[in-house]
Amino acid sequence: MLADIFVLMLSAVLIENFIFSRFMGCCPFLGVSEKPDTALGMGCAVIFVMTLASAACNVVYNFILVPFGLEYLYTIAFILVIAALVQFIEMFLRKAVPSLYNALGIYLPLITTNCAVLGAVILNMQKYSDMARGDSFIFSVLFGFFAAVGFTLAIVIFAGVRARMEYGDPPKAFKGMPIALVAAGLIAMAFSGFSGTTIG
Amino acid sequence: MEILWAVIWFAALGLVLGLILAIASKVFAVKVDERVEQICDILPGANCGGCGYSGCAALAQAIVDGKAEPTACNAAEDSVVGQVAAIMGVKAGDRVRMRAQVMCSGTHDLAGKKYVYDGAKDCIAAARLGGGDKICPNGCIGLGTCADVCKFDAIHVENGVAAVDYKKCTGCGMCVNSCPKNVIKLIPYDAKHWVGCRSVDKGPIVRKYCDVGCIGCRLCEKNCETGAIKIDGFIASIDYDKCNGCDKCVEVCPRKIIWSSTAQENGLIIKRM
Repeated sequence: MLADIFVLMLSAVLIENFIFSRFMGCCPFLGVSEKPDTALGMGCAVIFVMTLASAACNVVYNFILVPFGLEYLYTIAFILVIAALVQFIEMFLRKAVPSLYNALGIYLPLITTNCAVLGAVILNMQKYSDMARGDSFIFSVLFGFFAAVGFTLAIVIFAGVRARMEYGDPPKAFKGMPIALVAAGLIAMAFSGFSGTTIG
Repeated sequence: MEILWAVIWFAALGLVLGLILAIASKVFAVKVDERVEQICDILPGANCGGCGYSGCAALAQAIVDGKAEPTACNAAEDSVVGQVAAIMGVKAGDRVRMRAQVMCSGTHDLAGKKYVYDGAKDCIAAARLGGGDKICPNGCIGLGTCADVCKFDAIHVENGVAAVDYKKCTGCGMCVNSCPKNVIKLIPYDAKHWVGCRSVDKGPIVRKYCDVGCIGCRLCEKNCETGAIKIDGFIASIDYDKCNGCDKCVEVCPRKIIWSSTAQENGLIIKRM
């Protein structure tokens, strides 16, 4: 079990990194990576939401969709659950933990309908739906958490690179987004070095 | 039949989630002072950070909480400050409109260089390499770190020295804080004269590296009618409260570095003799 979790961690964070090998969540990756601070805030919000969304959607899938034979409608169900969950978390945090709300508040609505969150949930379903309900829940939550950690790692690294690029002097045609995309591609190539790794 | 059940179940799911959210919005309702929104609406909205808060919304919150004065926004026009004070139910104190002024006249042709700088286009980076490429240890480096932080597009580098666009400058003070050489100062918008130099080196040394550096000759100090100019550490500085704009200092300055401004309909016209 522990070995399985370790393998899961390595593959979710590095080998199958959401941004650099699955190319999910590229919108916030490019949009909120101008400064390392805000990138970290976004990363924390994604960790928070993705972990909770994995848990909620696993419960919805196993206890509502499967018993009633509605598995084929998982996309709609997951989007519904994720959107409601994020709204709920936002309201709850605002009342209960204002400091956390101030830190994550502006990022939470941004990831309501993010493909990385939906992607993590759907991958969970595909990978772990054959397991016993308890195991499937644990692995889903862990995968959601570590996938989001991988996202955070990627966005923070990229924000560091972009902060340096501010001072660079690229040709006029490459200024701004083009050079950022080139840099993202180079980092993705670096991460592809992990892709040959097989564990277990 | 199957599709009917799907519709029913999803309607139920949506209804339950909707109910949860509706209840949550009541249970977790946070009272927001409506003044915060009102103030936030009339503030400039540039989120320049010149007030010391992270943005206009944060300042509006601080004003309502009593942590900041209604006049705390440096970038707002007087009428806006009056409105903020009115929302808070207090009278706005008198506020002098300020503008940023780069206290350096050493353009490429006038100030000497000690090396050719070809690094990152950033004054802070250049200042770490022996204090920048100009020999003068106090002059404007001219790579535009101030221009990067300006939210109002009011400062640009011209011929090696940053120049302020007075029409756009709101006096928020972000450029002042960003300058590694401390060469930008906030001065009253209608200040008639200012000294375009910050060099504290002795006269003969300044003469060697800059054609427009203050040598501390005290001619302006001696000729000032109101005692507004003082030389302190080989650099002249003007007390804007005392200065009556008589132009004496401009005439006597041998280095021609005392600038004058004339208010015109379309902003300030500035000139150096």
